[in-house]
Amino acid sequence: MTLDLVQVRADFPILTREINGHPLVYLDSANTSQKPRQVLEAMQDHQERHNGNVSRSVHTLGTEATAAYEGAREKIAAFIGAARPEEVVFTKNSTEAINLVAWTASDFLSLGPGDEIVVSEMEHHSNLVPWQLLCQRTGATLRWFGVTDEGRLDESQLDELVNERTKLVSVVHMSNILGTINDPARIVARAHEVGALVMLDCSQSVPHFPVNVADLGVDFIAFTGHKMLGPTGIGALWGRYELLERMPPFLAGGSTIETVTMAGTTFAPPPARFEGGTPPITEAIGLGAAVDYLNKLGMENIHRHEQEITAYALKALADVPGVTIFGPGTPEGRGGTVSFAVDGVHPHDVGQILDDLGVEVRVGHHCARPVCTRFGVPAMTRASFYLYTTTDEIDALARGLEQVRKVFA
Amino acid sequence: MIDALYQDIILDHYKHPHGRGLRDPFQGEAHHVNPTCGDEITVRVTEDLSEISYDGMGCSISQASASVLHELLKGRTPGEAFEIHEAFLALMQGRGQVEPDEDVLGDGIAFAGVAKYPARVKCALLPWMAFKDAAARAGISVNPEVSA
Repeated sequence: MTLDLVQVRADFPILTREINGHPLVYLDSANTSQKPRQVLEAMQDHQERHNGNVSRSVHTLGTEATAAYEGAREKIAAFIGAARPEEVVFTKNSTEAINLVAWTASDFLSLGPGDEIVVSEMEHHSNLVPWQLLCQRTGATLRWFGVTDEGRLDESQLDELVNERTKLVSVVHMSNILGTINDPARIVARAHEVGALVMLDCSQSVPHFPVNVADLGVDFIAFTGHKMLGPTGIGALWGRYELLERMPPFLAGGSTIETVTMAGTTFAPPPARFEGGTPPITEAIGLGAAVDYLNKLGMENIHRHEQEITAYALKALADVPGVTIFGPGTPEGRGGTVSFAVDGVHPHDVGQILDDLGVEVRVGHHCARPVCTRFGVPAMTRASFYLYTTTDEIDALARGLEQVRKVFA
Repeated sequence: MIDALYQDIILDHYKHPHGRGLRDPFQGEAHHVNPTCGDEITVRVTEDLSEISYDGMGCSISQASASVLHELLKGRTPGEAFEIHEAFLALMQGRGQVEPDEDVLGDGIAFAGVAKYPARVKCALLPWMAFKDAAARAGISVNPEVSA
């Protein structure tokens, strides 16, 4: 089924905005997605009619809020193919989900000198810095996969890189800067062969194509709500239940406990163990509504649409003189996030001139500075697409780039 | 509106920068980075400001600003240099409300439009902040008459 773009776009109030006198062309969904009316209304309805605190109230509103909050967890668990809802831990974003694992890993993996953690050169800083800190704290060694000239993960040293000293491998599912989609199958097989765990940063994959944790065979994934039509302030860690059960609390406090005395505390089972304090209830419910919306359109359909848009964009960009694309040049094994350089023009200037024409793209190092370094540039310009992106918008981008070239000719 | 930002003077300085390249000898050096965009600049000064050299990578605004800085401050007395420095700072932080004085700021007046783009003000200021640190390291203080 193809998406009815007119109908889809009508669900997103912001898409009718004008920017600097031009219709908004929003090409920054990898940064944060726009939100459909259905999500905004679900959140408003909750606040107006069902607001109460969760997991601690006997009254009707508290009961309704708890049912809605846990209902959102169930939807999200089903969306990613989790074995049970208790495997989904609400966090504020992917960064917190990764930190949750990285900060508890020293304990449940008994990390020390001689142990190794493996990441890649393709990571967002969120899936790099927490592991650097973990290694600094424990004396473990951080190692990484390189990136090929085509922008693919270099797995040629897999067996050497992931070895009997490896305790955990954490890599990105889809690069937020190159658009590359990594198939983690070989890494998972090798890691499990040597007894290491695998975490997948799914911040850019869960929003855009079907992700099933059972099929992937990984141990943890992290993703965030605001990139998948949901609000900011809500994300999730998924972990295999038997692993979550072995992990100590991360941000301890109310809700995380079983019994507390002045002498000590025992902790609740997952996911409550990891959800200290009043959680972002409205945001979780908003994310649940976002999952409903995505399911209604169908993740396969969304993926197919984005593949078409990506193919169109890769061609359109290649046709603009002086534009060089970083990462895979064809839609195979890549998603709808395309970074590029305009010869002789700094990305900041590209973004500024595009904004003047209503075209919103991201510029900078995209929180993936090692990738920029790998390709020898201080920054990149990135256009990223979603289920509401049209070919007209890609044309507006291409026209905008012509204008960029004119100003800096 | 965008023309106010990308004035011809700015684009000229970007395409044909004045005094670019690091030179010896120098008494003070500072390296500044804009962590959000990755722009970098290194500024070197001699203790009498007879030479100001710089190198860096970044957007047209930051690179043109370095070129203008070189042109405006090289060979000035420290007192004059800091008067210009302050005028440029006031212009950049004036949210587009400050009327620049061409007698003081020369080509620097072209940056008046930048002040209307809060996200770009830090680009324009990057070399000027690096200069200030480099000057301090060369023993040039903001108010030399008083501190000497």
